[in-house]
Amino acid sequence: MTRKQRRSVLIATCVAVLGIAVGLVLFALEDSIVFFYSPSDIAEKSVAPDQRIRIGGLVEEGSVRRGEGTQVQFAVTDTAKTLPVVYTGVLPDLFREGQGVVAEGKLGSDGVFTADNVLAKHDENYMPPEVADALRRQGVWQGEGPPPQTN
Amino acid sequence: MIAEIGHFTLILALGVSLVQTILPIWGAQRGDLSLMQVGSAAAQAQFMLLLVTFAALTVAYVTSDFSVENVLQNSHSAKPMLYKISGVWGNHEGSMVLWVLTLALFGSAVALFGRNLPPDLKANVLGVQGSISAAFLAFIIFTSNPFNRIHPAPFEGSGLNPILQDPALSFHPPFLYAGYVGFSIAFSFAVAALISGRIDPAWARWVRPWTLAAWMFLTLGISMGSWWAYYELGWGGWWFWDPVENASFMPWLAGTALLHSAIVMEKRDALKVWTILLAILTFSLSLMGTFLVRSGVLTSVHAFAVDPARGVFILAIMIFFTGGALALFAGRAQVLRQGGLFAPISREGALILNNLLITTGCAAVFVGTLYPLALESVTGEKISVGPPFFNATFVPLMIPLLVAVPYGPLLAWKRGDILGATQRLWIAIALTALAIIATYAMSGSGPWLAPLALGLGVWVIMGAVSEIGFRVKAFRAPWDEVLRRLRNLPRSAYGTATAHIGVGVMVIGIVGTSAWQSEKIIAMSPGDTSEIAGYSLTFSGVVPQKGPNYNEQIGTFVVTEDGAELTRLHPSKRMYVAPPQATTEAGIHAAWSGDLYAVLGDELKDGAYTVRMYFNPLVRLIWIGTVIMFLGGLISLTDRRLRVGAPKRSRAATAPQPVPAE
Repeated sequence: MTRKQRRSVLIATCVAVLGIAVGLVLFALEDSIVFFYSPSDIAEKSVAPDQRIRIGGLVEEGSVRRGEGTQVQFAVTDTAKTLPVVYTGVLPDLFREGQGVVAEGKLGSDGVFTADNVLAKHDENYMPPEVADALRRQGVWQGEGPPPQTN
Repeated sequence: MIAEIGHFTLILALGVSLVQTILPIWGAQRGDLSLMQVGSAAAQAQFMLLLVTFAALTVAYVTSDFSVENVLQNSHSAKPMLYKISGVWGNHEGSMVLWVLTLALFGSAVALFGRNLPPDLKANVLGVQGSISAAFLAFIIFTSNPFNRIHPAPFEGSGLNPILQDPALSFHPPFLYAGYVGFSIAFSFAVAALISGRIDPAWARWVRPWTLAAWMFLTLGISMGSWWAYYELGWGGWWFWDPVENASFMPWLAGTALLHSAIVMEKRDALKVWTILLAILTFSLSLMGTFLVRSGVLTSVHAFAVDPARGVFILAIMIFFTGGALALFAGRAQVLRQGGLFAPISREGALILNNLLITTGCAAVFVGTLYPLALESVTGEKISVGPPFFNATFVPLMIPLLVAVPYGPLLAWKRGDILGATQRLWIAIALTALAIIATYAMSGSGPWLAPLALGLGVWVIMGAVSEIGFRVKAFRAPWDEVLRRLRNLPRSAYGTATAHIGVGVMVIGIVGTSAWQSEKIIAMSPGDTSEIAGYSLTFSGVVPQKGPNYNEQIGTFVVTEDGAELTRLHPSKRMYVAPPQATTEAGIHAAWSGDLYAVLGDELKDGAYTVRMYFNPLVRLIWIGTVIMFLGGLISLTDRRLRVGAPKRSRAATAPQPVPAE
């Protein structure tokens, strides 16, 4: 093979691999990204019932109820709107009423959010940025640091 | 008083690092040897000063000196000693001190072991190292001073986040930082080479041991973090494709590519421009990792409360070093002459394929990690990119890589023979096929692709063994000759094979636990029995117990297999005293076939608990594989050709001459 041919083989391989990678990335981005909504967003926008989404806000005081078996019901609020959530499974250690929470799942046609994953955090003082923003938009909390603890 | 000494030496170290930045580089420009030599002395001095700083902070922690704000916020007098010490780097300020200490350690190691380096190269390297140090020291002093005092001193501190009070996590940050920071040496060498405009195979030989050492530490560091997440978080998983995890994984991928491309540069004088670029990118990704973790811009399950102002400072540092190095690269790259012609099918070709696939995989991880951030700043929409994205992009790119791994070392430089290599691999091919068929026969259920994926792991292991076998002429020569060849094979050949075996072992573990994991979440009252993966677990209730700085509820599960008692699992829920925070400790029974894993959830009515249980087949192999990879690196590092510093002939004339690798 001449020098030129060798180089073209090399370039063709690179282009092929990069092309495949770009295809995979675009395909996966189309398919597997999850949008985040606050309870107010859900009240305003229409969210397709079968779309996977994340919701976040504060766990409303006094809303946590245990159902049959391992089922738990609670409500997530950004103080303007409130969204009921059903979850079956083990809640994270730092899940508590009045604290920030992020849940992933699907919104039912009855307006109840069925979560299959409730996200934990590692630190008492940590507030997921989305939740902090959602609360800030409602004017609940202006600060840079974590919002006032309610318990 | 001790804290003030620490603060003072920290500021002195900043001064010394500025000297280390300016004088040696200036000396190298003017060809002034005495100015160049300032670099070594400054690097040593800086390390000593930072050692004092670190020791002072450690003393403050060990003696629970709560007049120091940092100790007050992150320590507690009732904490066990191990966590008082690991508490030093279990917080932002302290971990940055550890960061610069590690940086200074590497700098002083270059000064010490780099005696055979050309003086101007060494001066430039130390100068660049000094500038990185200076930037981070300024960051610590101006935004994150660990020695701030509080007056009057309170009696008790608020304690370390309980989930950090864990042996594996105590050592996770030092190893991770040794990896991140170790890549700074490759970066400094790259920038120094660009400054002088001289890049040759010797450059690659000097850089490789440092890169290899950094890569080894990063491998272990990531592995420890994954192990910790596995048993401490109680989610039964070992990798979550979380931004913080990706932040450490990207430099690892780039570093792995760098290790392989530096081989081509050392042996064949080719791929120079690419290797220099990789060296810059690897450390830039390390800086980005530090930025992502320390700034809190990304939503992460591993995120801790952070101060956004600090993020901006680190971002500025990152932009300065990455941008500066890339600008220098753009200006100088065309003077680098390419050498070493080769055919596409050759050892060089195989290593290029390795680099292509690994860096593309790294780019996919990069897109998945930063896309949410980019989208939010452009459109304001908030999204998250989770494991499905990475499984659909990163994993397919790794499959051809794993298929190609056994071929690489068997192809000759310049022009390889792929048919010949396949013939040499026939035993590996046969054993892989056998393993795939056996897995199909045994597994019964599970995804149909899984046995093939498991076969990939077997293939990589068998390929590495075959390669050694081929090189020592096993079964083709008399035994004494095979033994002699085994003895004379360079250590780097064993290192490569061992590291590749580690990859194979890890792949088997990943496939096993991903494809055949069983999970069950149920409510259990004392006396209830539940079945998982052929084991029955009987819940015999929960008893309270007191630990050194926590109270816990320990559950007991009696595990029986075929009617006989196998073991007892003791998952627990802990409530720490300071800070008052709950943690979950999983009960794990480890075996080669897999881990039986139980977690206590919330307490329900009448003494019942939510219980989550898993059976994770072969999951241990993931971490065992990474340890084997580490050992492979260690074996390579002891090869005399790769010895730290410029390799030189042994002065002892009687030393046996190693057989050349090719």
